[in-house]
Amino acid sequence: MSRPEDTLVADIHYNVTESRKYTTSSRIQNVQASMTLRALELLDLSGPSFILDVGCGSGLSGEILSATPPDEGGPHVWVGMDISADMLDIALERDVEGDLLYSDIGQGVPFRAGTFDAAISISAIQWLCNAESTETSPQGRLSRFFNGLYASLRRGGRAVCQFYPKNDQQKKMITQAAVKAGFGAGLLEDDPETKNVKVYLVLTVGGTAQDGNSGDITNVVNGMEGVDVLDSRRRAREKSSGRGDIKPQKGSKAWIMKKKEQMEKKGKVVKASSKYTGRKRRIQF
Amino acid sequence: MKILTLNFLTCAVKACKSSAASYPLHPQEVELAKDEMEYNPQAMLNFLLRLDWAALRMTATELGFATLPEEMPTAEDLQQDELKMRQLHELLLETHVVSGKLVCGNCGHEYGIKEGIANFLLPSHLV
Ligand SMILES: C[S@@+](CC[C@H](N)C(=O)[O-])C[C@H]1O[C@@H](n2cnc3c(N)ncnc32)[C@H](O)[C@@H]1O
Ligand SMILES: [Zn+2]
Repeated sequence: MSRPEDTLVADIHYNVTESRKYTTSSRIQNVQASMTLRALELLDLSGPSFILDVGCGSGLSGEILSATPPDEGGPHVWVGMDISADMLDIALERDVEGDLLYSDIGQGVPFRAGTFDAAISISAIQWLCNAESTETSPQGRLSRFFNGLYASLRRGGRAVCQFYPKNDQQKKMITQAAVKAGFGAGLLEDDPETKNVKVYLVLTVGGTAQDGNSGDITNVVNGMEGVDVLDSRRRAREKSSGRGDIKPQKGSKAWIMKKKEQMEKKGKVVKASSKYTGRKRRIQF
Repeated sequence: MKILTLNFLTCAVKACKSSAASYPLHPQEVELAKDEMEYNPQAMLNFLLRLDWAALRMTATELGFATLPEEMPTAEDLQQDELKMRQLHELLLETHVVSGKLVCGNCGHEYGIKEGIANFLLPSHLV
């Protein structure tokens, strides 16, 4: 598969012709829609939410956010950021309901703290790995993006970023930048080891008990397959929260999860929290 | 761009991050339009939790709208007063800035708005 990310910058690659070709291809529409739905499932929103769409392009995901029916927690109100004026033009033509910002996510996320309930990003953040000029490095751009994203989400909020990493090193670089910004992070892979593999970075912002969300990524990915967990803040939190009163049944999923937490407390690195521990899965980080 | 979104946008310039004057951005020379959207009280109540009411009052005044009450209505107020809720819906979700600019009160940077899209691309020395 060709990777325009490796040779071009996004605003040049997504010109008029390419943006139109992209948006009108029914194959692309289908793939982007199914990834958006998957991301929504991972966000697990309980009601109509305010959502940031990072690298929203022509609004293929946004249309789904606007069209989410009430019995599935929608419809959502969204704001999209994109660096390609031509993509945004097509979004206008398609009369999307979300607001659009012509902006470079590598420069940050210009919203005040706690703005969004959630963020979604489909097939965009790998673009951050090519520096767009000699003045900035991919690390610098990734860190500005994730720091900004972290601040713009409310406590207990989540972000799901599907992206196409060039290789394991890039996957790691992106994930580590997110963790460094303060996120709890997990990577989920659908169809691993096939050419259709889809990588989702699931990010949580530490919440309060009041939200019914401890900010622990293991809650988010609970019951999902092929999920790895990395959370820079968990250890500190566990020390203070004194949890562990529940005695789950031996052999149950909850029990396995608990085991992992205990092992982690001992300082062993335990990354997996997939449904079946013995299952073959890909471990990243 | 919806008035709702304006209530959350801040100046993107690095040096403005810590300045209180960089929020809210001040709309200038704007053209407004109304675009209908389905009324959704549940969504309104969710957004209400995060509104900065003082900033919204300032924006409403700057746009030449009737002055909003000093106190933010509570969720109960709105649930009991559908008219009030509908007015807020109209202001936040149906009123759009279609063109003009947003100006930072701290650094003076101007973010142009064309066809409803605000340009937040910064020259690299301001990032
Ligand atoms: C493959 S398209 C995906 C668009 C949309 N998310 C979808 O699923 O249809 C990638 C998008 O990321 C945008 N993008 C790339 N780098 C960006 C950056 N630094 N800031 C904002 N958007 C960016 C591109 O302009 C393009 O619209
Ligand atoms: Zn400023």
